[in-house]
Amino acid sequence: MKQIMQYIAQGVVYVGFAWFLASFAAGPDYARIPEGQSLIKFSFAHSAKSKGGCRKLSQDELMELAPNMRKPEVCSRERLPVSVKLSMDGKVLYEDDLQPTGLHSDGPSKTYQRIVIPSGNHTITAYLKDTVREEGFDYISEKQINFLPGQSLAIDFTRSGDGFIFE
Amino acid sequence: MWIEGWFDHIFGQKWNPTYCLGALGYYYFWIVSISGIYVYIFFDTGIPAAFLSVEYLTNEQWWLGGIMRSLHRYASDAMVAMMVLHIIREFAFDRYRGGRWFSWITGIPMIWLIIIAGMTGYWLVWDVLAQYVGESTTELLDWIPIFGEPIARNFLAPSHIDGRFFTLMTFTHIFVPLFLLFVMWIHLQRVAHSRINPPRGLAIGTFIMLMVLSLVVPATSQGVADLSVAPSPVALDWFYLWVFPLADIFGPGMVWGGLFIGSFLLLITPWLPPAKKVTPAIVDLGNCNGCTRCAVDCPFNAIAMVKRSDGAAFEHEAVVDPDVCVACGICVGSCPTATPFRRAGDLVPGIDLPDLSLATMREKVDTATAKLEGPARLMVFGCDKALKVDKFRGKDIATISMPCAGMLPPSFIDYVLSKKMTDGVVVTGCRRGECHYRLGQIWLEERLDGNRDPRLRKRVPRDRILRSWASATDGRSFEKNITKFKGDIELLGPYGNENPTEKDEAGQ
Ligand code: HEM
Ligand code: SF4
Ligand code: SF4
Repeated sequence: MKQIMQYIAQGVVYVGFAWFLASFAAGPDYARIPEGQSLIKFSFAHSAKSKGGCRKLSQDELMELAPNMRKPEVCSRERLPVSVKLSMDGKVLYEDDLQPTGLHSDGPSKTYQRIVIPSGNHTITAYLKDTVREEGFDYISEKQINFLPGQSLAIDFTRSGDGFIFE
Repeated sequence: MWIEGWFDHIFGQKWNPTYCLGALGYYYFWIVSISGIYVYIFFDTGIPAAFLSVEYLTNEQWWLGGIMRSLHRYASDAMVAMMVLHIIREFAFDRYRGGRWFSWITGIPMIWLIIIAGMTGYWLVWDVLAQYVGESTTELLDWIPIFGEPIARNFLAPSHIDGRFFTLMTFTHIFVPLFLLFVMWIHLQRVAHSRINPPRGLAIGTFIMLMVLSLVVPATSQGVADLSVAPSPVALDWFYLWVFPLADIFGPGMVWGGLFIGSFLLLITPWLPPAKKVTPAIVDLGNCNGCTRCAVDCPFNAIAMVKRSDGAAFEHEAVVDPDVCVACGICVGSCPTATPFRRAGDLVPGIDLPDLSLATMREKVDTATAKLEGPARLMVFGCDKALKVDKFRGKDIATISMPCAGMLPPSFIDYVLSKKMTDGVVVTGCRRGECHYRLGQIWLEERLDGNRDPRLRKRVPRDRILRSWASATDGRSFEKNITKFKGDIELLGPYGNENPTEKDEAGQ
């Protein structure tokens, strides 16, 4: 009798432990983004123009260089910061001057932003400046998007393509 | 401690899971490994091939592949649960300081490795949860400025995901557990006679539990990953993935800081504060005959047998590593030269504890028993780490407490009975499986049963010996046992020893 009771009690312990495992192995749910919201991921790695600008080498200067080193331009290594702005329906979501990376400030400027917005119809405008210009931006893209709840929109930037890419 | 008492009732001391949490961890590890190998056979690396291959296992091949997948998941979760309990137990019972720092320290990388293995595992399924894990892990890693480009960009949009990244994760998920196994082996280098297999009944019960769980609540995926939809909400495995919600709340910097500070604190725990300095066991070469018993029985591998250095006719001698020795005295209990019958000269055994030398022990026993009176005089041999025996002293009860019950050379029992110093002997110490020094209680029982050297001599009447293991909280049942034992002894009458002691001594 005692043995049977023991087995039953063991069963209870096992069931309890299994229940504990099952309860936390897949759940409770975790919502990173509240219901009825959508996500914009704004990210790129982009090298701005050189700070000092570039200078064409003269023919004489070129001849002084080893043949395999002959490039028509010399640029200063240090790069400009990349200025970016992202706005939704005219309201600024994100704005920054991204400093170049690298020990000599010669690397790309990088950003990775997660921005949670209410779902629905929005006009998204992205701005980027990577030159010395004082005013305005070098690239501007605008898009009207109907955000479904939970939708994740990526905004990337490539210079080779046409600037901003909305995916 | 009372929880363990409960489990003693339910599982019996032999199957009690709380006594072998580490061994259960190993057991789960094997289940995870075997089920993992099976699942891997059917696993396709690639996007979305990975998702589809796992779906195939779960749905079409539910009768084996699905079960294997569920076992893989639940055994992994159980391993984390065991690990946490194991840490708490070793800590709560003060088994992490002194000579044990080594096991403690090597446990900490295991925490990291297990969690990393689990995270990468969830990544491989390539469902919504995998997407969440991938995204969150890379965002967390990006906080450390080591990558040229934020690696979280891999999860930006469908066009960004890189197959090579996925292959790397598969590789990590296989390599990390292998490395974990290696560290698990190192973890036990200073644990002699370690238990890495749970007792049969417990192993079977655990396996049945996992099987039933796998059939009732099979592990499933959460829909294929789609980078154009944010992975939210997701059903998290909270055993492995709790870090990510924390990173959302506190930010990645705080989380990294917390993890490193936490690990660091765990690392220095054995010295916060350190264990009381103990005086390690010392070998007396003149009395050591190199029999190796102490080296075999030391629970912490603190004794090495080395080539004889004093020219005696024996091959080996025992050498104690004072940094590893915790002064449990178990080696004294195993040394054949440690017998109180020896009258010639000082009582110095081959190996001895300076804090409670064998000579002192005999002296204490001699004085304590001399005052006893009554029809059932008892000598209680107790242990410092368990029930304090001194409070049971009385006019017919003498007590002595040792660092560990395993220190008691069986000849002591013979000694007090055959010299008619007492009518009965009680040995007590930590409950079975709970011995603070892991093995003392087991060795002593084996010696009393005649299964381990040095054995308790056959002539010693077993009905005059009571073994009543009792932890600090078991005072009441211990008292009851003693009272009953006294009655039994009274019935037996005084000890009539047929074998004259002198003859025995000659035989020693
Ligand atoms: C899943 C991972 C782990 C497994 C499978 C495991 C397994 C084991 C095993 C089998 C033992 C020997 C028990 C015995 O025979 O008495 C042991 C001892 C020990 N473990 Fe672990 N362990 C794990 C993680 C940890 C962690 C994370 C820590 C601490 C941070 C830790 C601390 C210790 C200590 C201090 C001992 C020594 C006990 C003694 O000397 O009495 N373990 N472990
Ligand atoms: S006292 Fe003896 S048995 Fe105990 S740790 Fe030291 S050497 Fe090992
Ligand atoms: S048990 Fe005693 S005699 Fe044997 S090796 Fe150890 S110290 Fe020497």
